[in-house]
Amino acid sequence: MDVLVLLKQVPSTESIIEIAGDGVSIKTDDLKWVINPYDELAVEEALRLREAHGGTVTILTVGREKAAEAIRTALAMGADKGVLVSDPVLEGCDPLCTAKVLAAAAKEIPFDLIIAGQRAVDDDAYMVGSAVAEALGIPSITMVIKEEISENRIQCQKTIDGGVAVVEAPLPALITTQRGLNEPRYASLPGIMKAKKKPLDSKTLADLGLDPQTFTAFKMKIVALNPPPERKGGQVVEGETAQEKARELVRILHEEAKVF
Amino acid sequence: MTNQLYFDKTHEMIRKALRDFVNKEINPHVEAWEKQKIAPLHDLFKKMGDLGFLGIRFDPKYGGQGLDYWHDLVFAEEMGNIDAAGISMAITVQTHMATPAIAQFGSEYLKETYLSKAISGEMVSAIAITEPGAGSDVSALATTAVKQGDHYLLNGSKTYITNGTQADFLTLLARTSDDPGYHSFSLFVVPTDLPGFSVSRKLDKLGMHASDTAELFFDDMRIPAENLIGKEGEGFIYQMGQFQHERFVTLPLVYVSSKRIIDMTLEHLRSRIVFGKPLIKRQVLRHRLADWLTEIECLKSLTYHIINMKMAGLDVTKEVSMGKLVAGRLGHKVADGCLQMYGGLGYMAEMPISRAFRDSRLISIGGGADEVMEEIIARMEGF
Ligand SMILES: Cc1cc2nc3c(=O)[nH]c(=O)nc-3n(C[C@H](O)[C@H](O)[C@H](O)COP(=O)(O)OP(=O)(O)OC[C@H]3O[C@@H](n4cnc5c(N)ncnc54)[C@H](O)[C@@H]3O)c2cc1C
Repeated sequence: MDVLVLLKQVPSTESIIEIAGDGVSIKTDDLKWVINPYDELAVEEALRLREAHGGTVTILTVGREKAAEAIRTALAMGADKGVLVSDPVLEGCDPLCTAKVLAAAAKEIPFDLIIAGQRAVDDDAYMVGSAVAEALGIPSITMVIKEEISENRIQCQKTIDGGVAVVEAPLPALITTQRGLNEPRYASLPGIMKAKKKPLDSKTLADLGLDPQTFTAFKMKIVALNPPPERKGGQVVEGETAQEKARELVRILHEEAKVF
Repeated sequence: MTNQLYFDKTHEMIRKALRDFVNKEINPHVEAWEKQKIAPLHDLFKKMGDLGFLGIRFDPKYGGQGLDYWHDLVFAEEMGNIDAAGISMAITVQTHMATPAIAQFGSEYLKETYLSKAISGEMVSAIAITEPGAGSDVSALATTAVKQGDHYLLNGSKTYITNGTQADFLTLLARTSDDPGYHSFSLFVVPTDLPGFSVSRKLDKLGMHASDTAELFFDDMRIPAENLIGKEGEGFIYQMGQFQHERFVTLPLVYVSSKRIIDMTLEHLRSRIVFGKPLIKRQVLRHRLADWLTEIECLKSLTYHIINMKMAGLDVTKEVSMGKLVAGRLGHKVADGCLQMYGGLGYMAEMPISRAFRDSRLISIGGGADEVMEEIIARMEGF
């Protein structure tokens, strides 16, 4: 059972994000970078599948050279090898473009299953997983909280609005992760030391037989970035008795907050 | 980014793995452990052992990682991020206080039986030196181990023993001869499941609440002769060496935790309005913080210098003693001073600054009091 994990490096969710002077990008100097949390679930699930069925776990990333750190962390968790596709022309490309590149790279790696995060927590596009499946012509099951593999089929429980659906597909297939799928393991110290010696291939678009020119059309132009509105301070409701306070609260909700 | 002068990508990965673990597996529980006045060390150490955290420097033959002092420093620095010093103390007893002598002088049997289980986290260890009548003056200890054929008969008591109520084995110093001088003591691995051992009391303390501290009693306890560490009569010398690891590890614990305390206090100073403006605007407080940060940087630099010395194989006794002396005073001064800046709020028992204040008082006493450090420094300077 060979599993391919699509992994993105993102700013840590604990980082304080500040908009850069140009107004259309974020300051990256002090950011801490981590594996996208949904992709961490993907790595963990892949490792569990390997433990149960044998095979290999390969990590595939499209990103800057710095993203190699995230791949190394996944290797430290136990993945076998990594592939990083880096190309200056990919800077600022849209999610469909990323999917195209991932699909092209995936074609060169044997796999029975691809696991991706449902979305990356930086741009929240929710597109890459399904788009890769589409480009490869394989079925995809999104938002998976449980999977089971038997005789070349995968059966998944996936969250849907207000419930859980059970969906089945033949392998090879692609699934995307949802919280609750598993609890990712920590990188162990021996794992970290071993990861240094595991293969990590770096590739460019040309290596994948892709023409960089065709990607310039996919560039996204960010027009403006705005921080979410700052939260205003609270308001204390005045009044002598509980009744008075309740009356005042209702008045504020009605007249000032206009909730009814 | 000055970190890059000392640490490479592997160090940083190890640092991140440790920090993840502390943030997810330790810090969410410290409130409860503080209240229970004990932490589930078997459970915690097993988890840490599984991840390879408990044997950074030890020989891979016994499950260690075989890494150098810089990696060990990364470990110690990250332990400084634990929200209760009682837990970092419990952990470093296992890694830096009760095991280095076994690794350095212990027989194959002791290393396979005890060191490897301490590294894997299957066993909890404690270091048992102090007695009711012997603290600063270790040579005054009265616990005796008398050789009788294939075993030693152990009699006496130990007190203030960290991890003492849950330890599976003690690294224990006992008197093996009545002769005066320093060659009358021996270091043993004492398994706590042998007859004659008892925990006479779990002690109630000013601080370090998450750490259990015990008074132990040995009544005609038969310790297999093979549990002697190294040579008979050399225990005092071995222990003086082992103390260097114990004392050293307080340096990073103190400069990391003190910096955290200052960061936490800064948040308070920014939001607390007194006499119409945030406290952080008061020059007198800003300068005090700047002074402490300066001293923290000095302690950190001394620590890095000590690591360089250790890497070069030099004797670090004097520098470690100096560092321990500075760390004890600095840790306590910063916690006390920051508590002052919190006012009455800081005095409330549930506040982290209140805990830091209680915990920090120990550093100038445990593992050799300030005055003992000063004695060592004076002697090594030749006066
Ligand atoms: C919470 C806690 C945990 C501990 N954990 C352990 C443990 O795990 N294992 C263990 O073996 N021990 C442990 N100890 C014991 C600790 O190491 C001793 O308390 C310490 O060494 C001091 O010894 P003492 O308490 O007997 O003080 P004393 O030796 O009675 O000294 C009292 C004071 O006298 C002063 N003094 C001492 N010598 C001199 C001198 N030469 N000149 C001038 N002044 C001097 C110092 O200020 C000292 O604090 C622990 C103690 C505490 C409080």
